[in-house]
Amino acid sequence: MVPAELKYSESHEWVKQEGNTVIIGITDYAQEELGDIVFVEVPKPGRELKQKESFGVAESVKAVSDLFSPVSGKVVAVNEELSKTPELVNKEPYTGGWIIKVELSQAGELSGLMSAEQYEKLIKEGH
Amino acid sequence: MEYIGNTEADNKQMLTEIGVSSASELWSDIPQDKIVTQPLGLPAGLSELELRKHLRNLSDRNVNVEDYACFLGAGAYDHYIPSTVPVITKRPEFYTAYTPYQPEISQGTLQSIFEYQSLICNLTGLDVANASLYDGATALYEAAHLACDHTQRRKIIVSRALHPEYRQVLKTYFSDAGIDIEEIGCAQGTTDLGELRQKINDQVAAVLVQQPNFFGCLEEVEELATLVHEHKALFIVDVYPVSLGLLKRPGNYAADIVVGEGQSLGLPVSFGGPYLGIFSCRKELMRKMPGRVVGETVDNQGRRAYVLTLQTREQHIRREKASSNICSNEALCALAACVHLSSLGARGLKAAATASVIGAHRLADGLKDLPGWRLNFTAPFFNEFVATAPVEADDLNKQLLKHKIIGGLNLGRLYPELPQSVLFCVTEKRGPEEIENLLNILREIKQ
Amino acid sequence: MEKSIFAYQSEPTEYIKSGDSGAIEALIPERFLQRQEPDLPQATEQDVIRHFSRLAGLNYSVDTGFYPLGSCTMKYNPKINEAVADLPGLAGVHPYQDEKSIQGVLELAYGLEQFLLAVSGFQGLTLQPAAGAHGEITGILLIKAYHRLASKKEKRRIILVPDTAHGTNPATAALAGYEVRQVKSDEAGDIDLADLKQNLSPEVAALMLTNPNTLGLFEKNILQVSKMVHEAGALLYGDGANFNALLGLVKPADLGFDVMHFNLHKTFSTPHGGGGPGAGAVGVVEKLIPFLPVPLVKKKGEKFYFDYKVKHSIGKVRSFYGNFLIAVRAYAYFLALGEEGIKKVGRQSILNANYLLRKLKDVYEWPYRRSCMHEFVITPKTGWQVNTLDIAKRIIDYGYHPPTIYFPLIVHEAMMIEPTETETKNTLDEFSAALLSIAQEAQTTPELLKKAPVNSPVGRLDEARAARQLILKYEKAR
Ligand SMILES: Cc1ncc(COP(=O)(O)O)c(C=O)c1O
Repeated sequence: MVPAELKYSESHEWVKQEGNTVIIGITDYAQEELGDIVFVEVPKPGRELKQKESFGVAESVKAVSDLFSPVSGKVVAVNEELSKTPELVNKEPYTGGWIIKVELSQAGELSGLMSAEQYEKLIKEGH
Repeated sequence: MEYIGNTEADNKQMLTEIGVSSASELWSDIPQDKIVTQPLGLPAGLSELELRKHLRNLSDRNVNVEDYACFLGAGAYDHYIPSTVPVITKRPEFYTAYTPYQPEISQGTLQSIFEYQSLICNLTGLDVANASLYDGATALYEAAHLACDHTQRRKIIVSRALHPEYRQVLKTYFSDAGIDIEEIGCAQGTTDLGELRQKINDQVAAVLVQQPNFFGCLEEVEELATLVHEHKALFIVDVYPVSLGLLKRPGNYAADIVVGEGQSLGLPVSFGGPYLGIFSCRKELMRKMPGRVVGETVDNQGRRAYVLTLQTREQHIRREKASSNICSNEALCALAACVHLSSLGARGLKAAATASVIGAHRLADGLKDLPGWRLNFTAPFFNEFVATAPVEADDLNKQLLKHKIIGGLNLGRLYPELPQSVLFCVTEKRGPEEIENLLNILREIKQ
Repeated sequence: MEKSIFAYQSEPTEYIKSGDSGAIEALIPERFLQRQEPDLPQATEQDVIRHFSRLAGLNYSVDTGFYPLGSCTMKYNPKINEAVADLPGLAGVHPYQDEKSIQGVLELAYGLEQFLLAVSGFQGLTLQPAAGAHGEITGILLIKAYHRLASKKEKRRIILVPDTAHGTNPATAALAGYEVRQVKSDEAGDIDLADLKQNLSPEVAALMLTNPNTLGLFEKNILQVSKMVHEAGALLYGDGANFNALLGLVKPADLGFDVMHFNLHKTFSTPHGGGGPGAGAVGVVEKLIPFLPVPLVKKKGEKFYFDYKVKHSIGKVRSFYGNFLIAVRAYAYFLALGEEGIKKVGRQSILNANYLLRKLKDVYEWPYRRSCMHEFVITPKTGWQVNTLDIAKRIIDYGYHPPTIYFPLIVHEAMMIEPTETETKNTLDEFSAALLSIAQEAQTTPELLKKAPVNSPVGRLDEARAARQLILKYEKAR
């Protein structure tokens, strides 16, 4: 399941653009690989992120995965629901399981991300 | 005496099945010239009878707290251990198991740790406790480490009234690690608040004190806590768990992390180990806590059950990013503490604490009236106190040994500013007649 | 499901007379005192004993059955060791007693050190560390102090660990302030010499190596590895968790290790205590002796004493002198086995492991096709509709403790089996029969494995729930 309208990073985050801000989450493939997600560590709103910078972690019972920001910008919102129901990332990776909202500082970075088609190819190759 | 089950014939048959003609083929990867051919130089094996005699002889050559009246504490305490404790810790199902990696067949260990965690939280008044660390000193280090990580600051302040060995452990671990350790002196036996006020600032990750402190004195923990929190540093308190039968719970005076040496909860003095590192903290620090933690859940049939949890903090998953490198801990010691506290109950713990306090004050009162003796400090104390003797502490203790008494700690060696000083400790095991006897003997010891 | 210790509602037995609790107010100012008693259990002695005895009954242990937990060396724990550790002149000695009054305990500590040096070839030793990982940090701090003294410029900031390393190794190196770099393993399961070469530089302080490694294989290029490490000016740290294989067969110092921790609770038969206490002595070569933690136990004539004058000592890594009563057990083990017995340990452990491997290697996947040392790694065959977790849980139904699973990390679905030398051929035969039967089931009735265990006090646990809802202590309200 790779929604066509989103952009993707090599570290398995998805990006949805809404004007000058983007919503970021992890892909269905990534949540499947991690297994039952039990905790998501999110940054404080206001934090400035650089592209590819780690902004948090997603944890399952026996694995930890760093989350990397596909874009540069300022964190303007985080998904508060995840502190109580981290399993949203498993159940609705592309909707209710979103993780942060970032106000873009380098809008040009978006064009460097993968399309759904490219990302699908990447996971087929087993990365 | 060997503990190998196979006969020569078994071994031969096994080799045949493996398909090698000699066992040495199995270790052909080892450089042949490195295989031991010379004798190792070990003695010949003993029978169990011989072994027991040999160890009995070694044991008989040591003065011990069963045969002598012990007035020595300083981080290792001769408290009464209910007979229930060894009965349970010697159950082979407990002591010959390992870390409960397979929860389905480890519920005994898991539930006992969960209960231990609960008891520690109830004693300290904090939100969470881990399953144990090595000892009080390493628990203190872990707390300081966590504080630096949590606050992203690189300086800690330690009271000089905190156990000297614990401070030494901090220095060893933090040497060359970019963490500054600053010590704060004492006034009248407790941490000098004035000096702390001068030295604390917004670069300080944590302030570390001991309650009651190394001299047995009671720290003004509430004032300390307020000062520490004004600078958004963490307040780390090293407690003597028996004292919590009487003293204010650290959670009530806003301690952030509480550590302690758990030996006084059901473990013999054991020449220093195995002991029990107690660690508990506020909920907000939980995800950076060191060590194993047990949580409650259900099994596939909905039955309540226990399992190791929050494991992503730990070395086997997070490797170089783990909150600590600890793997094996002191689980059986935690079980001992759990049985100890369960047996005594609140009343029993309070009784032990009360009797210790009363005994210590009785001794102090008697001492201060003896010629040449004086008490060093005026601060309120628990069951330990410092007195200056008219003679060298080592000489004094030598004399006491002849009377089957283990005297207090010679403090001069650790605190040059306190020459001829002795740190005395009294527990509930010391009856009034033993205290009286000590005083009578001290009266006779001349300058 | 056993009820909680907090669920009892009886009067605790009186172990200590309460005395005059009214006197306390006169001795300790009010502001220090807690008004409300701590919430501790309300149980009589009989309740307490029944409660914990029932809990004991829910555990699997070495004394109740075969426990082939790889890397943990769950050998038999001789009972005489427990008995002597209780002797009042050992358990009842206060750590701050005068040296003259503790000659027996010092002699014992000194004796154990001599035994450990004899089997390892090192020249200096400390008994202070409380476990293997604690030995690791001790050893790495020794290495750090050594390099610091050797060169003021402080440029060795990296520690290398193989990708097979136990998690404590990288965690330890990071704790000591080092950057951790991982070195690959080659196809045969040894450390990859080319990759090691690439990673070695004047910035490397040490390589932490386990030998036999965690695949249960002897690092056959060990002499070459040691040479390369030393030529780069680095030191070779030995993780001695797997020393059981080598005991009496080869001395680690002869292989080029500069420092190594022993796990007394593995190699030297002291019990694992449900997770501890263990003990982790650290042995070193001559040039590291001046850095050892204080105090050292020394002998002068017939007298034993503590030496605090260690020139460049790193200080102390814990209070007092280590887990002494564990040292007592290890000492008793050495004396019981003696020269001849100790020489058999490594050899028999290797033979037992290879025998078990022989029985299993055609039925399970066997990724590294070499003779193993004291343990080995196998995995489910590709195509089976079950994973290693399922197999492990089914092993419980057959009455055994499962092996270590999902470690080392470089083997997908790893199952690491360590039988130890104390097990008989008969036990190995029975266990291998069980594993062969499970392999059959894996292909014919995989649902049996998926549902396992069914013969245990509880079934599989909801670990995700435990981690999400986080109930970490008993709460009265519930
Ligand atoms: C290979 C290896 N290294 C290190 C350790 C850590 O030893 P300990 O648990 O005694 O700290 C272990 C055991 O758990 C191990 O298997």
